[in-house]
Amino acid sequence: MSRPFAPKVLTANDLLDGNAVWLTADDAWSRNMADAELLEDEAVAQDRLLFAIAQSDVVVGAYLVDAEASEKGPVPVHFREAFRTRGPSNYPHGKQVEV
Amino acid sequence: MYTYTDFDEKFVRERVAQFRTQVERRIDGALTEDEFKPLRLMNGLYLQLHAYMLRVAIPYGTLNSRQMRQLAYLAERFDKGYGHFTTRQNIQYNWPKLKDVPDMLEALADVGMHAIQTSGNTIRNVTADHFAGAAADEIEDPRPVAELLRQWSTDHPEFQFLPRKFKIAVTGSSTDRAVTKAHDIGLRMVRNTAGEPGFEVIVGGGLGRTPMIGKVIRDFLPKADLLPYCEAIVGVYNLLGRRDNKYKARIKITVSENGLEKIRDLVETRFADLRREFNGFDQELLKTIETQFSPPVFFEASVDGYEAYRAANPAFRSWTDTNLNAHRAADYAIVSVSTKKHGATPGDASAEQMRVLADLAERYGHDELRISHEQNVILPHVHKSDLPAVYEGLRNADLGTANIGLVSDIIACPGMDYCALATARSIPIAQEIAERFDTLKLEHEIGALKIKISGCINACGHHHVGHIGILGLDRAGVENYQITLGGDGAETATVGERAGPGFSAEDIVPAIERLIATYLNIRTDADEAFLQTYRRVGLAPFKAALYPEKEAQNAA
Repeated sequence: MSRPFAPKVLTANDLLDGNAVWLTADDAWSRNMADAELLEDEAVAQDRLLFAIAQSDVVVGAYLVDAEASEKGPVPVHFREAFRTRGPSNYPHGKQVEV
Repeated sequence: MYTYTDFDEKFVRERVAQFRTQVERRIDGALTEDEFKPLRLMNGLYLQLHAYMLRVAIPYGTLNSRQMRQLAYLAERFDKGYGHFTTRQNIQYNWPKLKDVPDMLEALADVGMHAIQTSGNTIRNVTADHFAGAAADEIEDPRPVAELLRQWSTDHPEFQFLPRKFKIAVTGSSTDRAVTKAHDIGLRMVRNTAGEPGFEVIVGGGLGRTPMIGKVIRDFLPKADLLPYCEAIVGVYNLLGRRDNKYKARIKITVSENGLEKIRDLVETRFADLRREFNGFDQELLKTIETQFSPPVFFEASVDGYEAYRAANPAFRSWTDTNLNAHRAADYAIVSVSTKKHGATPGDASAEQMRVLADLAERYGHDELRISHEQNVILPHVHKSDLPAVYEGLRNADLGTANIGLVSDIIACPGMDYCALATARSIPIAQEIAERFDTLKLEHEIGALKIKISGCINACGHHHVGHIGILGLDRAGVENYQITLGGDGAETATVGERAGPGFSAEDIVPAIERLIATYLNIRTDADEAFLQTYRRVGLAPFKAALYPEKEAQNAA
């Protein structure tokens, strides 16, 4: 039996500045992961991935990645994705200081 | 120093102009990412975790003050006010915007610099001994041949689609400060029995997922045969190297799968043909390059002031003990400037620090700077009478740390703080180790020790050749750090031995502390460096210190 589908979000990097972005339910790309659409159905997730890949003039390198629901919206499961929501740990640069 | 010819200038400007239109077409949607990616990589532009990253070549690690000031300008104008010096003597900018990159490349071209072949499956920036032209133990300055190799390899039509990237390092000294044995081709200048300078040619070294120490393919190659011989090696590799598996595509695998003898035979056969084609024009070119690397006019002055300052100022004395090396000219010193103040990011320099370095080089250093593969900055030619002024200038810019070659002089790759390939962070581990040993005030007592940290198996942080190597991995969704011991990147190059299971981010610094405490306990005396002790006693006592629970179980 195949494993149950783990919820996912769609993420990518912005074409112009490379910043991490997440796909929202209304087809926009947000710099805040909490705005992302949490994809709990595998078929829907694959469909959204095709949509994201087609957005090559806006974002680069779209991929599906595990996420969890929280009161504030989707949150990362893996530490790599958590870093992408914050920025580097050696300077106050990136999202952790961006409004 | 080499200055661009009209040909170089035109070539670099044309590439900038081409890339400018490529970026425009990417932004307006005419090019897809699949089409654009190889074009941006050809120009050193990567996409990392949080932003784009531009890798700028610093050929053989040599810069003048004007170039350093331009790097500062780029950091300030297009980045967040700093740059990161890498283990391949390059500089990386971590935050450029795509639309700005052509302007950055244009600004680099203004000072004779570029980002060409800092990525992709081509011959990368040729690295060299960072003490080149200054070291007391040198046969010849290796930079003219490094420049010759740069010109030969740039846009070389046969070598733009190699099976994988290809790295060349060159040293003119018997002391290997360029890690030549961990390169695809390593060139060590030696003399033959007639006393003529030539090269010992080493092939198939490399770190990464399959670390290998390079093998000597030619004991002595006359200097004049360098280009045809290198072309023969890369040509043989280009045809024989595997393209079916990225992880088996480097020349180290080609050499180990085919055997050195077969590779040597193929290279010698190709070389015999190529040698006839190189009918002397390369040697003419080398001669003109050599004139541009003629040594500065060293001046004479009293060093009494230096000695007096040294006697009166313990901090200065400590710095001169650790950060200076012997220079070929009497009363001169080679100054290594540490970018690794305790707690700082290894290899990072702010725009302000870059300007201070440029000013000091211009005023006291015959206008020369070097970037070392150990991510420090070198002022290769400083008269001892100027050392107090240089030191004070550096200290005021947070660049006066006296820790070259010590426990806090750590190589660390950008790791998962920036790099899209990383499996764990490197920088915070380097920062914590440096701060811990600074607190303990043990650094100088520990003495010579090279810690090198990589945030993934690709080993940009050279962990395999660290006396203590640390490799950051992802173990079931948690950062985990594996230790290797006894690695060495010098002429006695050795790949370190894995000590055992890895440690969590919380446990890695205490583990390093236990290793070093063990070393201090078992060394014969303060003159026996960590690596020597390791070679004398082997892994066992260090393993016992790293894994005390296991030791207790064995004893029970």
